[in-house]
Amino acid sequence: MSHLQTPAASPVPLPKTRIWRTNPTFFTHILMSDRRNLFNKVWDLHSVRTLPNGQTQLFIGLHLIHEVTSPQAFEILRERNLKVACPQQTIATVDHIVPTSDQSRPFQDLLAEQMMSAIEANCREFGVTLLDIDDGRQGIVHVVGPEQGLTQPGMTIVCGDSHTSTHGAFGSIAIGIGTSNVAQVLATQTMFLNRPKVRRVVVNGDLAPGIYAKDVILYIIQQLGVQGGVGYAYEYAGTTFDAMSMEERMTVCNMSIEGGARCGYINPDRKTVDYLRGRPSSPEGEEFDRAAEWWLSLASADDAEFDDEVVFNAADIEPTVTWGITPAQSVGISQALPRVAECDPGEQTLIGEALEFMGLEEGQAVQGTSIDVAFIGSCTNSRISDLREAARIVEGHTVSDSVKAIVVPGSQLVREQAMQEGLHEVFEAAGFEWRAAGCSMCLAMNPDKLQGREVCASSSNRNFKGRQGSPTGRTLLMSPAMVAAAAVKGEVTDIREFAAATV
Amino acid sequence: MANEIKNVSGTGIPLLLDDIDTDRIIPARYLRCVTFDGLGEHAFEDDRQQDPNHPFDKEQFQGASVLIAGRNFGCGSSREHAPQSLMRWGLNAVVAESFAEIFFGNCCSLGIAAVTAGRDDLQKLADAVTTDPTVTVTVDLESLTVTAGDIQVSVQMPDSAREALVTGEWDYLGQLLSAADAVTEHASGVPYLNGFHA
Repeated sequence: MSHLQTPAASPVPLPKTRIWRTNPTFFTHILMSDRRNLFNKVWDLHSVRTLPNGQTQLFIGLHLIHEVTSPQAFEILRERNLKVACPQQTIATVDHIVPTSDQSRPFQDLLAEQMMSAIEANCREFGVTLLDIDDGRQGIVHVVGPEQGLTQPGMTIVCGDSHTSTHGAFGSIAIGIGTSNVAQVLATQTMFLNRPKVRRVVVNGDLAPGIYAKDVILYIIQQLGVQGGVGYAYEYAGTTFDAMSMEERMTVCNMSIEGGARCGYINPDRKTVDYLRGRPSSPEGEEFDRAAEWWLSLASADDAEFDDEVVFNAADIEPTVTWGITPAQSVGISQALPRVAECDPGEQTLIGEALEFMGLEEGQAVQGTSIDVAFIGSCTNSRISDLREAARIVEGHTVSDSVKAIVVPGSQLVREQAMQEGLHEVFEAAGFEWRAAGCSMCLAMNPDKLQGREVCASSSNRNFKGRQGSPTGRTLLMSPAMVAAAAVKGEVTDIREFAAATV
Repeated sequence: MANEIKNVSGTGIPLLLDDIDTDRIIPARYLRCVTFDGLGEHAFEDDRQQDPNHPFDKEQFQGASVLIAGRNFGCGSSREHAPQSLMRWGLNAVVAESFAEIFFGNCCSLGIAAVTAGRDDLQKLADAVTTDPTVTVTVDLESLTVTAGDIQVSVQMPDSAREALVTGEWDYLGQLLSAADAVTEHASGVPYLNGFHA
């Protein structure tokens, strides 16, 4: 790892500046008897105007950008001779294409180097702060935003990346957008959107040992389907989410888009406030106290109105593993794969296609499926709590001879924290490779890729055909702890039995 | 206006499969670029490599303008590279059972007519273009119909998207810029831009 970039001696401070200073009356918007849910309160606050066709021009509080979906947007600005309207509300980092081993410049992949040069030049020219790989704060954009305190309750947050929904964990409206939208937000700090409906997804009860936030969201997607959330924002509510840490909440909100919901959020509470206290971009002193009061006031009241509600029981959730080519094609670890003839007729073609691609038999157990690669990382599961738990599982064990295993921290700061705790030594002693921060093998736009028909136990978010870089590569999504156990056993393993057997 | 899109007319191409994600439409390795140039030839690259009968490789469907697709088309990643690759391949309209939202929004940004139809009607359209790949398929955004030879089916599209195409006002950036003063005034009332002062 001698080729990693050295952090800059004195990093550029992130913006805290408030750019408009007139006399707001926002507290009058939010009355004690307000039955609007959080989503609608935040939406109304950011609505600049509504067009006759029903679309809202929405003000955007935080625009996160990265190297893949922004170069064409900056080009649009150049063509039209436009500036970035609010550079203070715009933060860039690099993640998708960043190599996680040799980061010396220029990158070996010249196309990746070209993209790096483009975002560096664009940020310089347009006055946008870039957390580059020599900064010390670089990482996956959805890890960096919360970590820096940029992500705050009550904001509207966009990024040219579908997993922007992650930031909803703080009680913000956070949505993924395309490159044309990126240009629009850069130039105007607004975009047009149709107000979605809001569905409250309730899960109540304690999670048993071995059941993680990842299992909860995989279960929700399995139950509601990959397009169940189209047209909706999801509010995740209930005692299961109340009990989760902020990092667990980010894992849940991150995968909202896999269930079709462009946005998912959790109401701010004391944990949200505590997480944000002292972060580099958080307010300070009395301003923080005022902020916290406002943040907590945004939460949907008990009698808030929703367009739809579904209720699940945490006790029904097992360690969950995908077996197919959509994130909804999953089973509990003790369950068997579906039998095509027993499935809904409208689903049979897709299930047959998935079984064939995955090389799995209908009705077989998912447990015991051999793996070739174990990947712990991605914007879903690469935060310090994920790494701590995975390290706890692998400690004292050795990765199976047949498995290539890598751990990719979500950010340079996560990596630094993990190394201070000695987690890298635990992983390396077990046979994992310890890498630098980036998106890595989640989408394989960098050197980390599956080869041929390899099967990967992955803590990431998508099991689409070819997603991990080999057109015929196969992905099994699961929690980081389950990936760790699978790496040791060389096959999909019930973490509850694995942990019990090793006490 | 010059940008008015009241209808799209041309030959069709069938791909009546569900949950086609944007990684399949354009694999991530082709996102290593700083322009959208050249994406057309890589549309469905990996699917085509694995399926010798993939419609995008069939000679009779080359030059098609209208894609007939299934449920939840364009799910997954927000990459605008996906509709860009379809557009650069030659498609100007997609008729599907349903769309993922970000993909649909990206189509609107690019002036691609993305309309929805019932499954039975999609099957009829797919059958029609399979039987006669030269048949003209017309997506009419004013009457909200799709016609292929003797077949005519009704389709749906959200009013805001339909009006934008029909009136030619899908330069959203220009419209957003026109409200710059209102944006500045509005921002002054956003708590986190004002030190959270009540």
